[in-house]
Amino acid sequence: MDKLFDFGLTGQLLAQPFVQTALLAAAVLGLVAGMLGPLIVTRRMSFAVHGTAELAFTGAAGALLLGIGVEYGALAGSVIAALLLGLLGGRESDRDSVIGVILSFGLGLGVLLLTFYPGRTSNKFGILIGQIVSIDSTNIVVLIAAAVVVLLVLAVIYRPLLFSSVDPHVAAARGVPSRLLSVVFAVLVGIATALGVQIVGSLLVVSLMVTPAAAAVRVTASPWRATLLAVLFAEIAALGGIILSLAPGVPVSAFVTAISFLIYLVCRLIAYRRSRASRISAPDVARVPSAVGR
Amino acid sequence: MSAAVEISGASLAFGGRTLWSGLDLTVQPGEFLAILGPNGSGKTSLLKILLGLQQLSAGSWRMASDRPVGYVPQQRAMQEALALRGVDLVGLGLDGHRWGLGLFGLAERRRRVAAAIESVGAQAYAKSPVGRLSGGEQQRLRVAQALIGEPDVLLCDEPLASLDLAHQRAVSALIDRRRREADTAVLFVTHELNPVLSYVDRVLYLVDGRFRIGTPDEVMNSKTLSELYRTKVEVIRVGGQIHVVGTQSALCEDEAHHLGVEERVS
Repeated sequence: MDKLFDFGLTGQLLAQPFVQTALLAAAVLGLVAGMLGPLIVTRRMSFAVHGTAELAFTGAAGALLLGIGVEYGALAGSVIAALLLGLLGGRESDRDSVIGVILSFGLGLGVLLLTFYPGRTSNKFGILIGQIVSIDSTNIVVLIAAAVVVLLVLAVIYRPLLFSSVDPHVAAARGVPSRLLSVVFAVLVGIATALGVQIVGSLLVVSLMVTPAAAAVRVTASPWRATLLAVLFAEIAALGGIILSLAPGVPVSAFVTAISFLIYLVCRLIAYRRSRASRISAPDVARVPSAVGR
Repeated sequence: MSAAVEISGASLAFGGRTLWSGLDLTVQPGEFLAILGPNGSGKTSLLKILLGLQQLSAGSWRMASDRPVGYVPQQRAMQEALALRGVDLVGLGLDGHRWGLGLFGLAERRRRVAAAIESVGAQAYAKSPVGRLSGGEQQRLRVAQALIGEPDVLLCDEPLASLDLAHQRAVSALIDRRRREADTAVLFVTHELNPVLSYVDRVLYLVDGRFRIGTPDEVMNSKTLSELYRTKVEVIRVGGQIHVVGTQSALCEDEAHHLGVEERVS
């Protein structure tokens, strides 16, 4: 761990093309994860993200075995997961258990596929905990293209999606097609998850897709500001995680998760101090506007 | 003056059960119509039809205005940590159903949201998270959300349920003021007539497929309600309020009404 502060080594590694590709990939992922995150949190989809990521692992394992690009396998796995969850988990009461069922089956299947894979174990491990150095120039083109598609579709459906997420009854009354939007959004989350799997691995994707947004909504109630903060937090975690991991040579995900968790703790602390301050100045909290969200 | 809402020969059936049939109803601009009846009598379904979310089994309906209707739902608990402020909630009433990000005309949008919030007197808490507001504050914002599109028809589905008396008065006064100032027709589903009694022009009372339409005096009397319920019902007037005694089980309904929102998919 003493290598953590070896800035010379970090500097040398930063000059490497493969590290720069990795940073670009992380920046793209941070942007996508931050844009989707607040909606994921509002729609209570954290567990769904985790489930989708496990199926991305299954897909990646299958792709590894077949000798095709891991990124395509991850993409196929998570989009299938998103559609499955969309079709089977239509009722909120069913959703939790459906995710659990699909997640465990997918993970088991992935383990089975990996045991048949004759290649190096580090490849296998990489899908689970991330292996950013494996991203090459073809990967990055696919990654950027996928990110652009996700962001464009999100831009088109953003308003009605926000409406049906935060105010489902009135949105339905205004004719917003909530069911269709849920499925489309699940697929967007699936694509983003597949991108995340290549960087932080399927076990820890939640740290980029959910934690930054969960931190952001603690400190602001404005949907726009929450999205901006979530992007900022996700970028700090993703880029910071890679840079810190360079010198010690540990998996990226360890630092990414640590940074995003730290940001989350700080945001909770800010929210706690604010609510205490408003309680002291105004005993009747319900009547008096609180400072949050200004 | 042409009617704001015109329903003729309308009937609604689910499976084999007919909720109501032969309904002819005309609501004039600026009229306040209260829709009463026990659970399952098809009050909320009538609103759903006017919102275009459900089809009549027979008959037809039309609205004079092609502007979108306003809709005020029942107050519901919101997540305390929901990333949404009052201004956002009201703004979604203006353009939340449109595609795209809505980046054009932001200044005009802000002006309209501010005007709507001012009209219900919610400036003080409009920028607070909605999940932390009281039910009455939320319902004021709901009225602003419904009125920001300047609707000619306002559909209210139990907007006063679970509010305390002071807020019931405030919210119904806001709705009444709107229909007087802008000639908006109000269709107001409620299980409690008294909070709005002084505003109501006519009552539509639905029971088991039967219904009566008329002024509160014409409908809310022992004879008419006994006929509707087909059992002895006593209507007593005390201090300007109406109390219905008799079919307690049929009249006392505290259950929430739902607009049949499809649950979200992950």
